[in-house]
Amino acid sequence: MSAPGRTLAAKPTRLRLRVRGAVQGVGFRPYVHGLATRHQLGGFVANDADGVLIEVEGDEVAAFVAALPQQTPPLARIDDIAVEPIAADAGTGFRIAESVSGRVTTRIVPDAATCAACLAELFDPNSRFHLYPFVNCTHCGPRFTIAERLPYDRACTSMKRFPMCEACRSDYEDPAGRRFHAEAISCPRCGPRLSHGLDDIAAALADGRIVAIKGLGGYQLLCDARDERAVQRLRARKQRDGKPFAVMLATADAAIEMAEIDTAERALLEQVARPIVLLRSRQRVAPSIAPGLAKIGVMLPAAPLHHLIFHALEARRAAADPAWALVCTSANPSGEPLLTDNAEALADLADIADLIVTHDRDIVIRADDSVLAVVAGVPRFIRRARGYVPEPIRLTCAMPPILAVGAQLKATVTVTRGDEAFVSQHLGDLDTAAAIRFFEETIAHLTSILDVEPVAIAHDLHPDMASTRFAQAYGLPTLPVQHHHAHAASVMAEHGVTSPALALVLDGHGYGSDAGAWGGELLSCDGAVFQRLGHLAPLKMPGGDRAAREPWRMAASVLHDFGRGDEIGRRFAAQPQSRNILMLLDRADAPVTTSAGRLFDAVAGLLGVTTMQSYEGEAAMKLEALVREPATLERGWTIVDGVLSLRPLLAHLIARNLDAVQAAGLFHGTLSAACVDWIAAASRATGIGTVVLSGGCFLNAHLAEQIMRGCRSAGLDPLLPRRLPPNDGGLSLGQAWVAGLQLNEEHMVSGGTV
Amino acid sequence: LSHGAGGRAMAQLIAGLFHEAFGNEWLARGNDQSAFDVAAGRMVMTTDGYVVSPLFFPGGNIGSLAVHGTVNDIAMAGARPLYLSASFIIEEGFPFSDLKRIADAMGEAAREAGIAIITGDTKVVERGKADGVFISTAGVGVLPEGLDLSADKAKPGDRVLLSGSLGDHGVAIMSRRQNLTFDTEIISDSASLHGLVADMVAAGGDGIRLMRDPTRGGLAATMNEIAQQSNLGFRLQEDAIRVKPAVAAACELLGLDPLHVANEGKLIAVVASEAAAAVLAAMKAHPLGRDAADIGTAVSDDHRFVQMVTSFGGGRIVDWLSGEQLPRIC
Ligand SMILES: [Fe+3]
Ligand SMILES: [Mg+2]
Ligand SMILES: [Zn+2]
Ligand SMILES: [Zn+2]
Repeated sequence: MSAPGRTLAAKPTRLRLRVRGAVQGVGFRPYVHGLATRHQLGGFVANDADGVLIEVEGDEVAAFVAALPQQTPPLARIDDIAVEPIAADAGTGFRIAESVSGRVTTRIVPDAATCAACLAELFDPNSRFHLYPFVNCTHCGPRFTIAERLPYDRACTSMKRFPMCEACRSDYEDPAGRRFHAEAISCPRCGPRLSHGLDDIAAALADGRIVAIKGLGGYQLLCDARDERAVQRLRARKQRDGKPFAVMLATADAAIEMAEIDTAERALLEQVARPIVLLRSRQRVAPSIAPGLAKIGVMLPAAPLHHLIFHALEARRAAADPAWALVCTSANPSGEPLLTDNAEALADLADIADLIVTHDRDIVIRADDSVLAVVAGVPRFIRRARGYVPEPIRLTCAMPPILAVGAQLKATVTVTRGDEAFVSQHLGDLDTAAAIRFFEETIAHLTSILDVEPVAIAHDLHPDMASTRFAQAYGLPTLPVQHHHAHAASVMAEHGVTSPALALVLDGHGYGSDAGAWGGELLSCDGAVFQRLGHLAPLKMPGGDRAAREPWRMAASVLHDFGRGDEIGRRFAAQPQSRNILMLLDRADAPVTTSAGRLFDAVAGLLGVTTMQSYEGEAAMKLEALVREPATLERGWTIVDGVLSLRPLLAHLIARNLDAVQAAGLFHGTLSAACVDWIAAASRATGIGTVVLSGGCFLNAHLAEQIMRGCRSAGLDPLLPRRLPPNDGGLSLGQAWVAGLQLNEEHMVSGGTV
Repeated sequence: LSHGAGGRAMAQLIAGLFHEAFGNEWLARGNDQSAFDVAAGRMVMTTDGYVVSPLFFPGGNIGSLAVHGTVNDIAMAGARPLYLSASFIIEEGFPFSDLKRIADAMGEAAREAGIAIITGDTKVVERGKADGVFISTAGVGVLPEGLDLSADKAKPGDRVLLSGSLGDHGVAIMSRRQNLTFDTEIISDSASLHGLVADMVAAGGDGIRLMRDPTRGGLAATMNEIAQQSNLGFRLQEDAIRVKPAVAAACELLGLDPLHVANEGKLIAVVASEAAAAVLAAMKAHPLGRDAADIGTAVSDDHRFVQMVTSFGGGRIVDWLSGEQLPRIC
């Protein structure tokens, strides 16, 4: 933010202020109006192509400028205020002027949970919004999910088909009110309608039935989270094996009954984004909500409809009963994107939900619920979507507009505009036609709401990913970026690291620059280039992706490595292929991987924690859930020529036959200590002290916390991602960053002009 | 076999071997070319190269494969194959006995198919310049009157028929290459399909839009190729696609998707829905089409996606691959 400067101290004239950031559609102009009026200033405020334009004149302009960033409306984010003195105009009175149209470069803000004022109206019998499921104002409500394009006004949202009634019109036009230019304003007289009454919904839920509702970013499935039979029914109908469900509770106080919550976690739960927060479960919900896991995903109501459902349920609760807890999971046919369309929902959810609650406000772009956890004291993303998209990430330099398309699983795309990077919402796995269409729609929507045309497209080095295929067919110059380089670059981009950095990427699998299967990599990164300093000791990976789904295979690989191949058949007798796998492992040319994820799988398999995964990451999550106290095995690893081997630890785990809890603690502690040792050696060799930590394994809180702590004790500066997930959800930002630096460098070398 | 000096004697030896194995009137004349009568109507011609490793595999060898592959390339046009040529690049030191096995298998495959290998050539190259034996072939055949199969004729609603189980050839080759042994030996499906094709054409005529043999890249690559050329999408039914239990088990062990594994004795036909039942019946009546099935349908789709529909819905994309099956799970 630029300081007002000395000119203010001189004879006050008229000031022109340009405010950039998320300042449109969030009640900023009424805020400015109020502030200017309090300071008895003349002038005006208007929206324009850069954000908000203000002119003020009067004795207290300096006080106005100082106060402006102090008490902005809840959804406003100021990036920059530029102040310039101009000729006085001698006008009195302050007005809100018509928007100045022009090229749109401002932004749409994320969806926000119902604000306290709207919530009060929702339950106020005298309010015209009493029990109205679509109440909102400039401080809350849907934004990103209803916006078709810029500028953000009603005609460009899915509210365009609801003409305002007189009362709403008058609120909309009242500069003093919370609903001045609240583009999504509506009331029971003029707005969208719910297909079912709240009593019906509450009755169905209380009866143990499954209810689909149309949420902010897509359809959600609800059922009583305390009712094991209801949860099992939901699992069966959704064809979902063991993947955990999130739970919604009416208030943070109710959530405390279900999970241990510290101050940081409570603040996160109550953020306007209303994410799902992973918390240590008190195991008071139905057992099949998160089988075998220590943590539970908890969220608070995000939309008026959620509040109304809890309100209606409350009437059906006996005083002695525990607080209502609802399973709240995205409604989608197995593996496909979240449903948003009414007709599709009615058709596709008919076999899953007993009651399907729709309404007639369209969801323009789907957004899943975001998932976060507090790790090492800071909120960290597991999945970034509703409530956070499309907030940009500020880059350290401007770059040409780039589209980056991520990888294959947990895909996101990134579009850059100047020095901002816009990372899309979580798009899911690009292996269904519906997901690929969503991926394409998102690219179209994002470039449209940002009003940019990319000049290059960055993609993963893997030749056979849907995103790679898309990039190659797109018709723009392509810039392939190695998977783990992109993981590292993602963290460098969001933290603004411009000097060389070491990167520890502990990941599942990525296509290596040498065509190998990488995934436990120590890199040094400088600008657009990286060097592979080292990697985990390669392990044979029998059966490609099968080995990722079946941890017993990686366990077999370790046993074979220790000359204990004869134990495989006995240890994994339930696996029909365990009799044959030696044929693959005995081959000298069997494919190998340096993946850290597969190492977790191997240990989970050896300990019998998980031999077959029913969802991605299950083995590692269950192993993590067993950890009580991470412990370090002395001399549990070796580092030779940059290659980190945990063979001594694995030998110990196999020979000692420890119980799973002890073994899980020893594995986490030793792996973390080994990684710190590895990084410290690389730091001594290179003189680099900044260490970025990335890759899907850093979702593991023990690993992340231990390595952070270890690096700090070693005098290093470790950085974990804060604004994006460490897994493939953050990849597109890293790709865009590397591609942008490449283009900037080329531009500097060639000396041309953009 | 030796290379260079003494080449003349060697050449005669080899020529003799092939003459004996292929045994036909054209070769017997000993010319550098062969003359044959041309049928009325349209002819088809194809050429192909064979570089398989290992050269010998359960269910055949490179020789029989060369005949089957060339015959099938002709047959996929709906044509009746007539004559083949074969040219051999042989690595110095290659055992004469192995060459004889290959030649005999070729001759037998040609006789079974009712065609003749009427001209050929051999070259022996230095050690290391070839991997045992390479065979390159050409073939000609004749089309039934009025038949013109082509991908651009396919329409939404057309059915996709598959002549049998998937993956046998590719898994047989891979098992041999990687020294894998299973309880049930997996045998290549390598076979000439023109007889089956003739029966299908007789039953379906114009209703058959196009046929393809899903060789390299398997069903996945071939269906994607058809989708591109026909400008259509395809929805395949997972439970209709047969994979023999032994092949499925081997694929599971190796982590391979049988949809991407090569076949040498299977065909895919896209058939107008009204002709599909008759064509399918004709396929099932033929020994090489006993396990034929209707596996899906063509749909209009601007993305030309090939999708696999499973028993509980879902539209998993069946993609083509640029090379071997690489891991994709991060
Ligand atoms: Fe990754
Ligand atoms: Mg061919
Ligand atoms: Zn509000
Ligand atoms: Zn109204």
